[in-house]
Amino acid sequence: MKYTEEHEWLDQDGDIVTVGITSHAAEQLGDIVFVELPEVGAEVTKDDEIVVIESVKAASDILAPLDGEIVEVNEVLADTPSKVNEDPEGDGWFFKIKPSDTSPMDDYMDEAAYKAFID
Amino acid sequence: MSDLRETPLTGLHKALGAKMTGFAGYEMPLQYGLGVMGEHQHTRAAAGLFDVSHMGQVLIRHEAGYGGAAQAMERLVPVSLLGLGEKRQRYGFFTNEAGGIRDDLMLTNRGDHLLVVVNAACKADDIALMREGLPDCEVVEVTDRALIALQGPKAVDALAPIAAGCEIMKFLDTGIFTSDYGELWISRSGYTGEDGYEISVPEAQAEPLARALLLHEAVEPVGLGARDSLRLEAGLCLYGQDIDDGTTPVEAGLSWAIQKARRRGGEREGGFPGAEVILDQLENGVARCRVGLRPEGRAPMRAGTQIFGGETGGEAVGHVTSGAYGPSIEAPMSMGYVAASHASAGTTLYGEVRGKRQPVRVAEMPFTPANFKR
Repeated sequence: MKYTEEHEWLDQDGDIVTVGITSHAAEQLGDIVFVELPEVGAEVTKDDEIVVIESVKAASDILAPLDGEIVEVNEVLADTPSKVNEDPEGDGWFFKIKPSDTSPMDDYMDEAAYKAFID
Repeated sequence: MSDLRETPLTGLHKALGAKMTGFAGYEMPLQYGLGVMGEHQHTRAAAGLFDVSHMGQVLIRHEAGYGGAAQAMERLVPVSLLGLGEKRQRYGFFTNEAGGIRDDLMLTNRGDHLLVVVNAACKADDIALMREGLPDCEVVEVTDRALIALQGPKAVDALAPIAAGCEIMKFLDTGIFTSDYGELWISRSGYTGEDGYEISVPEAQAEPLARALLLHEAVEPVGLGARDSLRLEAGLCLYGQDIDDGTTPVEAGLSWAIQKARRRGGEREGGFPGAEVILDQLENGVARCRVGLRPEGRAPMRAGTQIFGGETGGEAVGHVTSGAYGPSIEAPMSMGYVAASHASAGTTLYGEVRGKRQPVRVAEMPFTPANFKR
């Protein structure tokens, strides 16, 4: 598992990377009431704003952590955005991306580094 | 947060693990352990305890008693205070010469004087306004009391053992109660759309009283986050956001708070700042009005969202002043101002969210039915 400074987690399995937000981020955002996900098939560029999250407090954006193609999105979040609060690092995932270049993965934090980052 | 003021309950909030935030110059609880959504739902289902000690409590005395104070105060508010019964409370607002709203407030007939409760952010200005505008009155800010709101259908169950008799009060009744926590000034009112009370308590007794109420199984502490979603679901205005010195009471849909006696042809017509503008609007209508808005999708339309009449092109016909997710209606909700021509309930308009126009319906408020003890 890798982590970004934007509080995303990235779980690589072969050539697919699953992306969500960390428990820490979910807790900071508060109750999530709306999630807008990218289209399946969309070609995205690293740092594009591709997910919108609305919580009871505010709207925030999630940036694409890698260049690539969105191959699947978590449709459940459209009707049940609270899944992100319940299980942010499991059932509350956002999208799966097939990166065209996985090299930025090496720059992202590992779990220990992320823990130090949020402390 | 060293430059923020504390209330007599700040220590309690921190002991309860509240996430604190700055609001109107005070360090206040944003939320506790239940979170905004949980606190909101708990208030509607049982009872929530809110610290509203940052609001200003002000006594207005006149040598001729309540009648003198009421008559004087009618120079500053378009409300009938001479028509307000003893121990009764009424909503009102200070107006400016342009008919705009300087602040909104609650006014109580306390038999031989008037008690008002004003917003924290406007407190200093309001007191200065009253001192200048009421030279025949003594205007005394109450600085040694806290103010606690206990809101929700079970508020009565938690308060009755402490203030016997509060259970027979009706909506907007007030009373002075002796209790184990000193003299309590209680009104059956609040700002959530639920039954409940606001309780003024001597500051030294504030934390013991709050702790006693929290011991009741129905009561949970509630922060500013849920206070905002509760009042918005109830269709109630937040001063500085939904109403301000550039909006008139008629535009804001608050004409109901201007009694007949103060309108054209009334016994005490006008005589308050901006009376000409406001009385004219009451007769001839306004160009824009405050409306409820229900987005058709799930995305909330927050304050500042521009509202259009069509899906493409055209000028904005209004804007959102408050918007959030409504935990009880399980949908997003907003209020804002739109041109009168677009203000009928059921009209479909479009709010621009992140560059895309999304359909939104003009809706009746409150979004949740009021649950007052009439």
